Amino acid sequence: MAWIKRHLIAFAALAVLVYMLVPNIVVAVFSFNEPKGKFNYSFNEFSTAAWTNPCGTQGICESLGLSLQIGLIASITAAILGSMIAFALGRYRFRGRSATNLLIFMPMATPEVVMGSSLLTLFLALGVPSGEGAILIAHIMFCVSFVVVAVKARVATLDPKLEEAAADLGANPTQTFLRVTLPLAAPGIAAGTLLAFSLSFDDYIITNFNASPSSITFPMFVWGATARGVPVQVYVIGTVMFLLALLFVVTGQVIGKRRNRQVA
Amino acid sequence: MAESGVLPAPPTSAPPAARPLAEPRKRRNWVPYALLLPGMLWLVVFFVLPMITLGSQSLQEGNVDDGYVFTGNVGIYVDAFQQYWPQMVRSLLYAGTATVLALLLGYPLAYFIAQKAGRWKNVVLVLVVAPFFTSFLIRTLAWRTILSDDWFITQWARKLHITDLLQAVGLTSNDSLLFSQFAVIMGLTYNFLPFMILPLYTSLERLDPRLLEAAGDLYASPWQTFRKVTWPLSLPGVVAGTLLTFIPAAGDFINARLLGNTQTTMLGSVIDAQFLRVLDYPLAAALSFIMLLTIVTMVTIYVRKAGTEELL
Repeated sequence: MAWIKRHLIAFAALAVLVYMLVPNIVVAVFSFNEPKGKFNYSFNEFSTAAWTNPCGTQGICESLGLSLQIGLIASITAAILGSMIAFALGRYRFRGRSATNLLIFMPMATPEVVMGSSLLTLFLALGVPSGEGAILIAHIMFCVSFVVVAVKARVATLDPKLEEAAADLGANPTQTFLRVTLPLAAPGIAAGTLLAFSLSFDDYIITNFNASPSSITFPMFVWGATARGVPVQVYVIGTVMFLLALLFVVTGQVIGKRRNRQVA
Repeated sequence: MAESGVLPAPPTSAPPAARPLAEPRKRRNWVPYALLLPGMLWLVVFFVLPMITLGSQSLQEGNVDDGYVFTGNVGIYVDAFQQYWPQMVRSLLYAGTATVLALLLGYPLAYFIAQKAGRWKNVVLVLVVAPFFTSFLIRTLAWRTILSDDWFITQWARKLHITDLLQAVGLTSNDSLLFSQFAVIMGLTYNFLPFMILPLYTSLERLDPRLLEAAGDLYASPWQTFRKVTWPLSLPGVVAGTLLTFIPAAGDFINARLLGNTQTTMLGSVIDAQFLRVLDYPLAAALSFIMLLTIVTMVTIYVRKAGTEELL
């Protein structure tokens, strides 16, 4: 009893962790299911059919390709725009700072459905056609703030003396930036880009407001499939994404540790 | 990962102290503005401007085929309230409940990772963050399996009369768990839990364990230590976490549609349908604008009350 009492927090933490991970485990298990009927909600028979034929459902790989493409362009653009803002906020003092911070914070504090629908009204007013371009504009918009937060957190931990030292050693501002500041900020930029990619890749609500029938992203494909039965291939892709995310996060931590050791 | 800031905390919660900056930079005053310009322009054109067109769209009259004319028809807001107040109340209620639940569930886990996990710390953090990087829709669909009638959870809940209890308090309407208010709130809690845990973790990690020892040495009970030391010091994390959970939960309609029934429709769902299926743009825009104003007002009051204005 005393043992249980002493580890109460650990048990509570474990229970919450189980709650958070059970859906991922279910998705992985059901990717090996051969569903009876069109709905993949109860386990019928073990099968690797979906794994050996991940593109076996019409439209699934096209939508996946589109999501990857949008995710890459949006996250890289947001990473550039966001990192520039983060450097300005982290390294300079200027007028209009609090207004800038507020404008960065606002998109993170606005429900997606408001952002998506308001963009739709802008595009309607300007006559911008919905489709891939509109989706890209929207994704870059909501990703920028998250990149700023990630990069700013990193820039804030950097010692300005390192940059001063580079300047004292005769490096011009460009050299200082490229050789000192940028490499040191790289983990923050990488984390921000990864976060932006996953936000873009996963977005349904905002995308749906700005998509056209010819620009079906992966989440839109999944949503469309919920009514007529989600193909097992969706579970396969979900599992692969989870494993890739684990791999990315673990690699990031290992690299981070190594770098810290080198610096120390 | 966490220290490099995956955590979507309000931006200014980062180190408050303005570092004394090197003198020479002052001469190049245009540099920060040049760095800000492209990103800020993007946000002004594609975030601020749309809010204005949204407001304007709500005050227009007309139809999709013949176009719209601005008439300043404020009456649309009265219509919107009269027609959809149940969905508005429901959205706030569900999101509020999910936020409280996420705080209750997230706090022990965040505390464990920050103070107790030792060498398991990074492993547990990865496990908290990883689901967040995988598809929201697919994970929500998985709950349809987990809560389905033929799975053990519903079976056990029936045996233990939990289903009766849920039905008695009106969270479910029959002896199933799925497609009910219970399932929607559970789904919202699940989906936004990482947004609660990460800010909580960041503030609990900064908590000096020596303070807790000191409290113990001064004969505080564990509960008193929590009330007087841990909780007040974690408040910035609590405020950030509750905001980051409540805001997306209030606007969400995916959980309500996938796990709920026709009686659990949330405001987000109405906005989505009015814009994309009914094509009643003024009404949809009015509803969207109401949601924006409600949330901005609530967030402002909450942050003032919590006394953590420096967060914003």
